[in-house]
Amino acid sequence: MRVVKTGIAGTLESSDVMITVSENTSTGINIELHSIVEKQFGKQIRKVIKEKMEELDISDATVSVNDKGALDCTICARLEAATYRAAGIKHVRWEEK
Amino acid sequence: MSKNAVNREIPGSISGFDTLKPFEGAFTNTPLVRKQKGVRNLPKLNKMLDTVEQAIMKTELKDGMTISFHHHFRNGDYILNMVMDVISNLGIKNLTLASSSLTDVHSQLVRHIESGVVTKIYTSGLRGELGQFISHGKMKNPVLIHSHGGRARAIESGAIKIDVAFLGVPSSDVYGNSNGYTGKSACGSLGYAKVDAEFANKVVLITDYMVDYPNTPFSIHQDQVDYIVKVDSVGDPDGISTGATRITKNPRDLLIAQNAAEVIISSGYFEDGFSFQTGSGGASLATTKFLSEEMIEKGITASFGLGGITSQMVKLHEKGLIKKLLDTQTFDDDAIKSIGNNRYHTEISASYYANPLNKGCAVNKLNVIVLSALEIDTDFNVNVITGSDGVIRGASGGHSDTAVGSGISIIVAPLIRGRTATVVDKVQTIITPGETVDVLVTDRGIAVNPRRKDVLERLKATTLPIFTIEELKDKAQRVAGTPETIEFEDKIVALVEYRDGTIIDVIRQVKS
Repeated sequence: MRVVKTGIAGTLESSDVMITVSENTSTGINIELHSIVEKQFGKQIRKVIKEKMEELDISDATVSVNDKGALDCTICARLEAATYRAAGIKHVRWEEK
Repeated sequence: MSKNAVNREIPGSISGFDTLKPFEGAFTNTPLVRKQKGVRNLPKLNKMLDTVEQAIMKTELKDGMTISFHHHFRNGDYILNMVMDVISNLGIKNLTLASSSLTDVHSQLVRHIESGVVTKIYTSGLRGELGQFISHGKMKNPVLIHSHGGRARAIESGAIKIDVAFLGVPSSDVYGNSNGYTGKSACGSLGYAKVDAEFANKVVLITDYMVDYPNTPFSIHQDQVDYIVKVDSVGDPDGISTGATRITKNPRDLLIAQNAAEVIISSGYFEDGFSFQTGSGGASLATTKFLSEEMIEKGITASFGLGGITSQMVKLHEKGLIKKLLDTQTFDDDAIKSIGNNRYHTEISASYYANPLNKGCAVNKLNVIVLSALEIDTDFNVNVITGSDGVIRGASGGHSDTAVGSGISIIVAPLIRGRTATVVDKVQTIITPGETVDVLVTDRGIAVNPRRKDVLERLKATTLPIFTIEELKDKAQRVAGTPETIEFEDKIVALVEYRDGTIIDVIRQVKS
């Protein structure tokens, strides 16, 4: 999968997260993290995002995260949706995993 | 023998009376009494001054003194910022601020701390920008956090000596009789301010609504008041109170409330003539609703409700389900109207409410209290002051006062907020010690302090989901994950005083 435009998923409701995936001008996964629990869970959130991007086979992207205390499962789901949108893929094959 | 001012021979002393002071004239020893008696065209005697600045000058406020405010206007308060700006312009420095509490609206204080106008703070709570500022170590002296009862004790015992109290009041007459339920900025009870009015050296009232003398019934008495200033507005009504506090529709809060009501009903404390207090948080308010349904069904009435009075409590009072209300702080418009109209909705001072060292405070007569918590640990210690990031964003309030005074203290809280667990190994800051906390009710289960074997046995006989507090902690961590430990600097930015005046915990500067 390759990021070709900007994809957004999520909301700014409590316990949710808004994730924007866009092209990265340089290489690698560039994470811009704003979280209300950054001090307690910042490392964990970055780890979850890196792992998910590896799983989606994306090596270059800017991931902007505005987190309102979402659980790991929520972060994964929002990131996946945003990434598919950023890659311009409309039909997600949910059953793959 | 000497002749007094009306030419009578008066002995200098006499058996049974060491010295006698001869009469010196009707006005000499009572300078405040009207001197032009009988002159009808003079203005009536009053204590009115034109501006806050004049009042500050008259009180002879000087560097290093202690000033106080109350927080009955909550987030609508104009008084503290108004007075602090004038004090700052007058160049007075190094003041101790002994406010009953501080809210979001007081963030301007940051400026006055930076410029050295305020160098020491006593308060029940800190929030918003001010909480951030203090937590980041930007004030030299630590803030002292006290409970409502602890503040009343400190003021009555002289541990806090207030030189000048600036008290915003919704209505006053020209002589200083004032109450909280008349006028466009009505706030209800003036329970915190009553302590300041009684014990401060000088008392300045600031109001936006003047009424005819005498303004009865009054909360602050004319004999306590030095000066009165009329201003355009003492506060923003929208920030002072909400309409009627509504019952939450949040299903999680309703579940917690239902469980909490069940706990009360099965605890052994639910009997005719019991007394209770609930906080104004979503789950606590809803607890009152579920409890009242059971009261009607079982024909049980409460002898009194304490608080923190809301429209919920007022409705029960007006239905006869709660015989009397004792009110130190009034939360919404319905309750504000009630304190003016209902004969047995009685205003009480913070000392009457919770001072542990007076001759008997109301929390001692309390059977059931429902309280909220930011965090609770496996020793049942409760934190209501620092967030999970270590920053001060709450208030001690009456938490520790009511927890220890009541027969059974029940903490209601969701097990997880966002991804922050409420039940933890060690709370960030202890406001209320675990030995005074009896039951924790969450949306995922209930834990009873092992100290309360009687309550545990009664609750085990029900179908309520009872766990140990360690089990609840594990449940929370499984979902939310284990947070990294918050790092702090060595500097102590706040002292947490227990209601008796001892220091129960300290709050350190957060690492930026």
